[in-house]
Amino acid sequence: MPDLLLELFSEEIPARMQAKAADDLRRMVTDKLVAEGLVYEGAKAFATPRRLALTVHGIPARQPDLKTERRGPKVGAPDAAVQGFLKATGLKSLDEAKIQRDPKGDFYIGLIEKPGRDAIDVLAEILPVIIRTFPWPKSMRWGARSGKPGSLNWVRPLHAITATFGLETEEPDVVKFSVDGIESGQTTYGHRFLAPAAINVRRFEDYEAKLLDAKVVLDPERRKDAILTDAKQLAFAQGFELVEDQNLLDEVAGLVEWPVVLMGSFEQEFLATPGEVIRATIRNNQKCFVVSDPKTGELANKFILVANIEATDGGATIVAGNERVIRARLSDAKFFYETDLKTKLEDRLPKFEQIVFHKALGSQAERIERIERLAAEIAPLVGADVAKSRRAARLAKADLLTEVVGEFPEVQGLTGKYYALAQGEDPSVAAACEEHYKPQGPADRVPSDPVSVAVALADKIDTLVGFWIIDEKPTGSKDPYALRRAALGVIRLILQNSLRIKITSLLPIASLAYLIWGFRPPSGYPRAGYMEIIGEREDESGRVDVTGGPWHELPYKAYLNFDGFVDEFGELAGVGELGVAVEDEEEAAAHKAFAELRERVSRMDAIPNVFALDSDELWSEGLVQFYSARKYDARLWNGAAAFVEATLIPFFADRLKAQLREQGARHDLVDAVFALGGQDDLLMIVRRVEALGKFLDSDDGRNLLAGTKRASNILSIEEKKDKRAYDGAPDPALMMEEIERHLWRTIQSTVADAKTHVAAEDFESAMESLSTLRSAVDAFFDKVRVNDDDPKVRENRLKLLNEIRSATRAVADFSKIQD
Amino acid sequence: MDASLPAHMRPERSFQGFILALQRFWAEQGCVILQPYDMEMGAGTFHPATTLRALGPKPWNAAYVQPSRRPKDGRYGENPNRMQHYYQFQVIMKPSPPNLQELYLKSLAAIGIDSAVHDIRFVEDDWESPTLGAWGLGWECWCDGMEVSQFTYFQQVAGFECAPVAGELTYGLERLAMYVQGVDRVYDLNFNGREGDAKVTYGDVFLQAEREYSRHNFEVADTAMLFEQFKMAEAACQKYLDAGWREGGNSKQHLMALPAYDQCIKASHVFNLLDARGVISVTERQSYILRVRELAKACGEAWIHTEAGGAA
Repeated sequence: MPDLLLELFSEEIPARMQAKAADDLRRMVTDKLVAEGLVYEGAKAFATPRRLALTVHGIPARQPDLKTERRGPKVGAPDAAVQGFLKATGLKSLDEAKIQRDPKGDFYIGLIEKPGRDAIDVLAEILPVIIRTFPWPKSMRWGARSGKPGSLNWVRPLHAITATFGLETEEPDVVKFSVDGIESGQTTYGHRFLAPAAINVRRFEDYEAKLLDAKVVLDPERRKDAILTDAKQLAFAQGFELVEDQNLLDEVAGLVEWPVVLMGSFEQEFLATPGEVIRATIRNNQKCFVVSDPKTGELANKFILVANIEATDGGATIVAGNERVIRARLSDAKFFYETDLKTKLEDRLPKFEQIVFHKALGSQAERIERIERLAAEIAPLVGADVAKSRRAARLAKADLLTEVVGEFPEVQGLTGKYYALAQGEDPSVAAACEEHYKPQGPADRVPSDPVSVAVALADKIDTLVGFWIIDEKPTGSKDPYALRRAALGVIRLILQNSLRIKITSLLPIASLAYLIWGFRPPSGYPRAGYMEIIGEREDESGRVDVTGGPWHELPYKAYLNFDGFVDEFGELAGVGELGVAVEDEEEAAAHKAFAELRERVSRMDAIPNVFALDSDELWSEGLVQFYSARKYDARLWNGAAAFVEATLIPFFADRLKAQLREQGARHDLVDAVFALGGQDDLLMIVRRVEALGKFLDSDDGRNLLAGTKRASNILSIEEKKDKRAYDGAPDPALMMEEIERHLWRTIQSTVADAKTHVAAEDFESAMESLSTLRSAVDAFFDKVRVNDDDPKVRENRLKLLNEIRSATRAVADFSKIQD
Repeated sequence: MDASLPAHMRPERSFQGFILALQRFWAEQGCVILQPYDMEMGAGTFHPATTLRALGPKPWNAAYVQPSRRPKDGRYGENPNRMQHYYQFQVIMKPSPPNLQELYLKSLAAIGIDSAVHDIRFVEDDWESPTLGAWGLGWECWCDGMEVSQFTYFQQVAGFECAPVAGELTYGLERLAMYVQGVDRVYDLNFNGREGDAKVTYGDVFLQAEREYSRHNFEVADTAMLFEQFKMAEAACQKYLDAGWREGGNSKQHLMALPAYDQCIKASHVFNLLDARGVISVTERQSYILRVRELAKACGEAWIHTEAGGAA
């Protein structure tokens, strides 16, 4: 069967777009072929900086014929109907139609044969459409034709289209079409500098071979292999080791059609700059690889570049030119690094007052205050030194203002560590400057130094609480502030370090911290943010009334509405919209509500007092205790904490489920534990899930689960039938059989045992206690008929079933467990 | 490269010879060779021969040197290649010819960059000028790992679609000349191609100016006056635009797009000076950029209703 060769030859395609473009081209062409009834055998697409190419082999030469029947008029129908039928079916006369009999009579049936078209004609139709609708992330117009509407959009100017179709044994045909004045043909071009002449190609095999002769390696994988092999060899030959970098390799392979690997060097003295900075400089700006000394693992003063030509001087000029640029870049980096070292990290902090963290969440300086406070409170919970945690939290973000991080954002944190060490900070403090960002993703390392853990948790929880208070939660695929990652980070920090932290206990602290540092009105506008809420206004009738302002919006709502005083439509409960003149009968109630709002706002406004900031008691007592003891209205921050908790804890539950699922845990077991409610000790949840999993793997576990489910099923059927619930303790006096009484005694002792073990956090023993329940349950179902004729006995037995169900809730909600 | 040139005119020996070689090359491609625009501006793109002429359907091919002022980039003459004043060589061809890349490579050959020994690359770089309301797609052109030019297909200028699209090339002249002459410090460039006592370096011409203007830009420039000048330029631009509209038959015409646009250039440069003085906060910065863009857009609108920018 014939093959298709398609090449779209253009000016340089951005490296980062090439792989997806090749894939899109293959997908679009093959999807369309299949939709046209042309099922192919195989397809492969390639990209170089100047071309997208596609080969599809084994395409049928013709579409299959399509046969359809069309029902016409009744035999003997009026002529108009017959003529219409003939026209629609293309039949010459009724002689060519069949007659079919059905209960309504005899009908003409026309058989329409739609002959399949030649595949080459189909291709000539679909290819231009694909080219015109190609999904480039960014595309452009060019040349004289761009003056007219409807001109082609392509990633960069498109110059030639090669499209051939035919059998291996024959001279293929050109798939004839034109797009925006470019006629398809069989002429392409070789390497821009090494072999720019036109090349006549027939089909994929000679196309790829001729391109190779013309110094173009078509397959990006081959280019990557060649670069990697040559680079390793070149490094090895000189006694070095290539520092591999897959992303850089992908990019570089998209910048050359004919890779030539060369090595250059730079002055030894630059190695005094941290290796990561050197690597970032050479990689980001020059797209070159670095090499290391295999003995020490440290960077060597060499770099590897990938040129696009075989130079007539063997590459000497190219190496010299690259060395010049790299020298200049490294001397910039060195200068940045040395300049940075002249300023202490803490001396950079005042600048953060001018830098906005988020427009609703205050400045970076305020954020640092909050993180410091939270870190101080988390430190004792994770075994970290409070003073070191505070110091680390203060300094951890300071490197964002350094020249090096300004130039190379990816070395943030790491740079902070270097500068902290250089200014003589404690090693834990310095480590936290780097590690408080971790873990960045599911594969990233989780820090274990307690100081790093305290600051990492503080940073992430502060961010989560802030965005929750202003209701900027992730939705669908949108998560611009990487909040999912932050939550997963908290989970991994807690689990991998086996920490006992109740997230809910931190929420009031974080909420209060935002009230002190974050939601304060901007400096220079004292109290404006709050006063706006309770300002006064004169309406048309001249009456002075309380105005609206953003009081019902977040974040104010989160704090002011601790008791549901404001309903979800932003109205004061039962009063009507604030700021609108109120009717007489409602006036009293409205004024009362306004007075309450005014009171709350003034309490909120009273909190952010600067005196607190330097108080020793603030640090020794703890934030919440400090403010509570001074009679500030705890309802405000507790309200915000509750507001956050309602959706943040389920968010954590989802992240945890995803995380546990990834580790192979059954998600139904996770659900069964979460369904108990009040679960915010992540470590205990995981322990419980593990114990539950083990228990259910045992015979006792499986049978107890079966018994519990049976009890539940009977109960739900009967409860539905009787339209009532069978809760409440069963009455021993109504237990007719010893088996019933035995079950009831077993349940009571089991539940007591299980609860004791759960309280001691010994979930395995709790499960073990439950297993004693199994034989009693089994015996009950064997010997006792639940639906006794005596309604009192029946009711009592149903209550007993309910007790089985609730007994298991000591460890998990068994109803969530799948069989 | 022209072998008949005397040594002191050769582009690898002389900065001025380098510029002349580029001018000559592009003159041969049919460009009009303009002289620098007589106003301070941050880049050659601001020259009306690019910004305004890129709009409208009429063909336009031009090349020119434009002194570019970037007050913030001043380093008191102490940095080997950062300056608050430098030269750009600008080429604009509308519509973009199909062989613009080849022409560009030939122009490199004309200034002594031989593609048989130099690794020349087109690396993705999308260009956008928030102040001009303009964007385009293209590349930064690399020579042996060094960015030597910008190559852009203008898609939009002053908020208007370019129809047809113009191709724009911008050469960083000092940087390219440093490479070709093999010097590491811009002030060591040989300006006139002579040797010995007759030699004039780039430093001889510009070093004192760099020191003086850096002082001026960062320390002394009169900010009260500049704030006033910004407002005046903005108001004047709007005034000239308002005064330039004429209703003619069934189409509107504009008679003063160029003088109005001068005030837009002025406002932009004054803003750059204020920015260098550090008297514009981060939030204000955005609003100044928007104000200049509004002027640029209004000038673009006027231009496409003039003879050179219009349809017929």
